Amino acid sequence: MELFTWLFMRYSGVLLLFLALGHLFIMHVFNSIHQIDYDFVVRRYMALFWRGYDLCMLWLAMIHGLNGMRILIDDYLKPPWQGRSVKVLYVTGGLFLLLGTWVIICFQPAAG
Amino acid sequence: MEVTFQLLRFDPLKDRQPHWETYRVELEPTDRVLDGLEAIKGQMDGTLAYRRSCAHGVCGSDAMIINGRNRLACKALVKNMKEPIRIEPMRGFKVLKDFVVDMGPFFEKYRAVKPYLIEKEARPQKERLQSQEERERFDDTTKCILCGACTTSCPSFWFNAGYVGPAAIVQAHRFIFDSRDGGAEERLSVLNNQEGVWRCRTVFNCVEACPRGINVTRAIGEVKKVIAKGGR
Repeated sequence: MELFTWLFMRYSGVLLLFLALGHLFIMHVFNSIHQIDYDFVVRRYMALFWRGYDLCMLWLAMIHGLNGMRILIDDYLKPPWQGRSVKVLYVTGGLFLLLGTWVIICFQPAAG
Repeated sequence: MEVTFQLLRFDPLKDRQPHWETYRVELEPTDRVLDGLEAIKGQMDGTLAYRRSCAHGVCGSDAMIINGRNRLACKALVKNMKEPIRIEPMRGFKVLKDFVVDMGPFFEKYRAVKPYLIEKEARPQKERLQSQEERERFDDTTKCILCGACTTSCPSFWFNAGYVGPAAIVQAHRFIFDSRDGGAEERLSVLNNQEGVWRCRTVFNCVEACPRGINVTRAIGEVKKVIAKGGR
């Protein structure tokens, strides 16, 4: 398990570097923040590609971050607080992950 | 020259907490910190306790924190030290008295990685031949003298005494990469868990602390890679 998480952190870190840089350039360099509004998101989410892009970024970043937090908790807390904190972390992170996934997949432009 | 030492003294029969004591001794600039300790113990306070054996950087008995850094007292020259020279026992081990720590758990972990040749084939009639390249592969980790300076400089070990520690991983590395050895799998199974190599956070304290100049973090990284690859 630790081997898998170690490998995941390295591969996801490299992927996130490109995904996050792409996101940064699209949102802050190629487009001004004054142009980014509801219509911008609607236009962007017409293409399945951008939904996939955001979904990848969300899952990789959340799992990468949650695993990092798990390692920190493991390093700095002792039982029973260690186990309890990890459970709280997983539940909170899982909820945010599901919420984000739900928004990305189910987003439909409002009629009119 | 007069040199000032501040020593963190602790006698479990008398003290509830460790406390600092100051000593001033006459030394030559070319003397080592160990010579200072010998002078204090021999001429001023015979109750001072520390380990030393060869006194020449080979046996690894006299590792201690000297001016905030893990070093061997027999390799640290007085002229290179800022005064007062502050000495503490190594962190993470139970202090038995002054600078004498309980090395028992350290050697338990050392034994856990099976630091001896495990034969993979029938014993040859003559010696087991090895090329220069094959020997070079693990040369760095043969230098370890088991002083414990790396393990006790590691924050992961300070907080989690269950961590096998850099020294044991270095010893495992020495055999895992030895072409004559057949016990890599047994050792890797000991190291492939949360208290094994994965507890290493690449802080590099061990590299700074090692009195033999072993690139400990690199050795740990190589063991991680071998586990990831599924074998040597």
